[in-house]
Amino acid sequence: MNRADLEAMAQREQQRQQAFGCRILCCASTPCLSSGGQAVYDAINAVISEGGWEAEVQAVATGCMGPCSHGPMVTVQRPGEEDVVYERVTSDVARALVAAHAGKAAAVAPVEHVMPASAPFFAKQQKVVLANSGLIDPEKLEDYVARGGYRALAYALREMTPEEVCKEIIASGLRGRGGAGFPTGLKWDMVRKEHSDKKYVVANGDEGDPGAYMDRSLMESDPHRILEGMAIAGYAVGADQGFLYVRGEYPVAAKRLERAIRAAERRGLLGSRVLESGFNFRIDVRIGAGAFVCGEETALMASIMGHRGQPVPRPPYPAQSGLWGKPTLINNVETYGSIAPIVENGAAWFAEIGTAKSKGTKIFALAGKVATTGLIEVPMGISLREIVYDIGGGIPDGLAFKAAQTGGPSGGCIPAAHLDTPVDYESLKALGSIMGSGGMIIMDEHSCMVDVAKFFMEFCMDESCGKCVPCRVGTVQMHRILERITDGSATPQDLATLQELCMMVKETSLCGLGQSAPNPVLSTIRYFAEEYTAHIADHHCPAGVCTLEKQPVGEWVTA
Amino acid sequence: MASPTAAVRTKRRADDEHPSGDPRFALIDRTLKRFQYQQDALIEVLHTAQEAFGFLSDDLLIYVAHQLKLPLSWVYGVATFYHFFTLKPQGQHNCIVCMGTACYVKRAAEIVAALQKEYGVAPGETTRDGLLSLATARCLGSCGLAPVLVLDGEVLPRETPEGTLARVKQQVG
Amino acid sequence: MAVVTLTINDEMVSAQEGTLLLAVLREQGIEMPTLCHLDGLSERGGCRLCMVELGSGRLQASCVTPVQEGMVVNTHSERLVKYRQMILELLFAERNHVCAVCVMNGHCELQWEAAKIGMDHVRFDYLNPDLAMDASHERYALDHNRCILCTRCVRVCDEIEGAHVWDVMGRGVNSRVIIDLNQAWGSSQSCTSCGKCVQVCPTGALFDKGATVAEMEKQHNFLRWILDGREKNVWSYSAK
Repeated sequence: MNRADLEAMAQREQQRQQAFGCRILCCASTPCLSSGGQAVYDAINAVISEGGWEAEVQAVATGCMGPCSHGPMVTVQRPGEEDVVYERVTSDVARALVAAHAGKAAAVAPVEHVMPASAPFFAKQQKVVLANSGLIDPEKLEDYVARGGYRALAYALREMTPEEVCKEIIASGLRGRGGAGFPTGLKWDMVRKEHSDKKYVVANGDEGDPGAYMDRSLMESDPHRILEGMAIAGYAVGADQGFLYVRGEYPVAAKRLERAIRAAERRGLLGSRVLESGFNFRIDVRIGAGAFVCGEETALMASIMGHRGQPVPRPPYPAQSGLWGKPTLINNVETYGSIAPIVENGAAWFAEIGTAKSKGTKIFALAGKVATTGLIEVPMGISLREIVYDIGGGIPDGLAFKAAQTGGPSGGCIPAAHLDTPVDYESLKALGSIMGSGGMIIMDEHSCMVDVAKFFMEFCMDESCGKCVPCRVGTVQMHRILERITDGSATPQDLATLQELCMMVKETSLCGLGQSAPNPVLSTIRYFAEEYTAHIADHHCPAGVCTLEKQPVGEWVTA
Repeated sequence: MASPTAAVRTKRRADDEHPSGDPRFALIDRTLKRFQYQQDALIEVLHTAQEAFGFLSDDLLIYVAHQLKLPLSWVYGVATFYHFFTLKPQGQHNCIVCMGTACYVKRAAEIVAALQKEYGVAPGETTRDGLLSLATARCLGSCGLAPVLVLDGEVLPRETPEGTLARVKQQVG
Repeated sequence: MAVVTLTINDEMVSAQEGTLLLAVLREQGIEMPTLCHLDGLSERGGCRLCMVELGSGRLQASCVTPVQEGMVVNTHSERLVKYRQMILELLFAERNHVCAVCVMNGHCELQWEAAKIGMDHVRFDYLNPDLAMDASHERYALDHNRCILCTRCVRVCDEIEGAHVWDVMGRGVNSRVIIDLNQAWGSSQSCTSCGKCVQVCPTGALFDKGATVAEMEKQHNFLRWILDGREKNVWSYSAK
């Protein structure tokens, strides 16, 4: 396939889709399926075949549409009309909406299930990476191509030198979406400049944060978008082999990616002589096996090479010596998801979205005590308040917002006083949290911050690989102290020891997991110190979560 | 008298065949071949082995080590590093409760405690009668539906301790 | 190779580019605490005792940091000494290090480092794990209670002896050194009984069977002897 064939394929598919008077898109991602999405999809297909409307109405199983807690979701597309989005669809609602939109009989659309496009949930979002998510069948290459897929790759291969691609990414201001926010273009350029007979491109789809699912959703809803980004990266840095590391808990994502790779290879969009150019690029999927530390790049590479996922000290950085000692580019899947739009629309377009130092959009998995939970993509710089109250619809049950946790076990809690902070890398860091990979858990007054800190510490303790002493033993000791605080047996001295331990583990641990493990504790001490004192001095948990059934042991122990 | 090459060939075939004659080894062999017996493929091979046999027995680990020409301790070290691999046989039914942040905030721990109390089994263990394995997961990636659990492969959203117990009872009997 | 100049504790020092910082520090006669590092084995960077403060204020493990032109290094700042002491306390609290009844009492590297830094008490909870001993080997014994997971045994067996009998299983605080398929040492088919692991072990985790309290002493010189022989065909008796 060459560039002209690609255009022809896109046009063919567009015409085919427009021939349908009505397309009904059903979300077939895990959250909607487990709320009855399969029955809805089956009902829609049944109505279509009962009415004999196969030529006019098309039912499509798509990826995630966003408001997961309102699922199952269905979107209706009619040429020349605005899309109509339905929430909480049941089989009966599905039957009614098909009949109504197919223009048959006197059926009335179930308007009470419509989620208006003007709803703040949609209006405040800006979809760049998720532009296709929920609108295409992730198993069909044609759907992706019809929406301009692989055009950016074709353009880069034909019109740009690898150096120009790197420059474009640098100019766009794109920063790593895995959490740390290193400028992506600079990383690419470093790998490009290395001299080596072999280089690798790795996509990190090992969602680290235990309260987030952006990566899963992106991989399941729009797999080709990631493959295209990786291929452009491969061309830019001079690599001919890519690895996509997918979390073991995500079998659907892995299967879809494998299928997408095979489909792209068959059409000459991956493999040898990509789009009839001299560029060769193959991608292999590697399945993780359940280790949070494998989100750390050196541990991830160890895992790809079949070893225990233990990090190794840097330098040397992967850009110099990565997989099998060769220069290796590692980016998060969301970062790769941003590449095609940048190449297609230009760096200037992308750089206009966001703030001075944080460009573009960021996907968050909004969860916890908020009315609408789900997957959202917002421009950088949006305020936390807008995310919580406009997009998320506020805190349910008339309770008060207490904190937003970002960055998962490596991040921190942001209190109500900072609700108007713009969400970007620097602002979040200044508040003692991090952007992270995109988990955002909202907490109300019934969440105890010490308990939350303990939860994350237990996580880090469990996930510590055991290589360096501060992380291996330090996390256990920190967890013990937090346990004492929540069971009522802590003394004021414990709090001082906890803080000292936090600083030591943060500064001496070998990798990012250990260095950031104390963050949840440090940030809750910073903003909710009175909760810690209430537990220790007053023997009282303000949120009513901790049992505090024990008493501190007398002073004689330390004497 | 057989020619020397024929003797070699017979010997090689005997080496290739697993003495147990268990067809599930063919699945492992397929993965081994797909990765051309490269040592880097250890994790992929262990995935296949666990899928085929349900858990990684010592015999299985020895088989994989021999095929990939890796030291036993290396294979054992990798198999015990990753939480996905289990070296113990699993129960007939399994229940995985998500303990990700979103589920934790929505009290998933109470569900685990309820199951633990009812069946006398700690997370990561199987009941003595081999009926139910209870496990917790770091995050199932369905945070919008918290708290979530997976019962025999089916994802159940927005669970409560009582609801879960009833469901599990129905399944396990 | 080029020569670089760096500042160590306010003194200018020159060194070969690419040399590891720890080697340069030791050459300068600076006493650096280490546990996982051992001359002749690959670096691990795990115990974090040899960390130094760089000009930027960042801490780096000197055993895995190559020297660079203009580097400013502080080896014994107040912060570093405090952290080292805490790390040692964490190690003592992790397993059951009861020096008074240990075969290595008086010769133990963990004990030496604690004494040198003046660590006289442990402020953390002793975790008191329930750990086994393996005395099934004919000549050696393994006591997990004394193991600090430095993995010298794993590395010497893999890199010098070439047998890779040892590895680490599990992760985090539940990590254990294992033999073959986590089996009794005496039943190992791959162990050559060479005893290198015993000699490089810094504590009383690996020892000669039959040794009692304070009787066990270890020597590492064989590493240089083997490596010089292997790499240079030189067997230097002065080293032995």
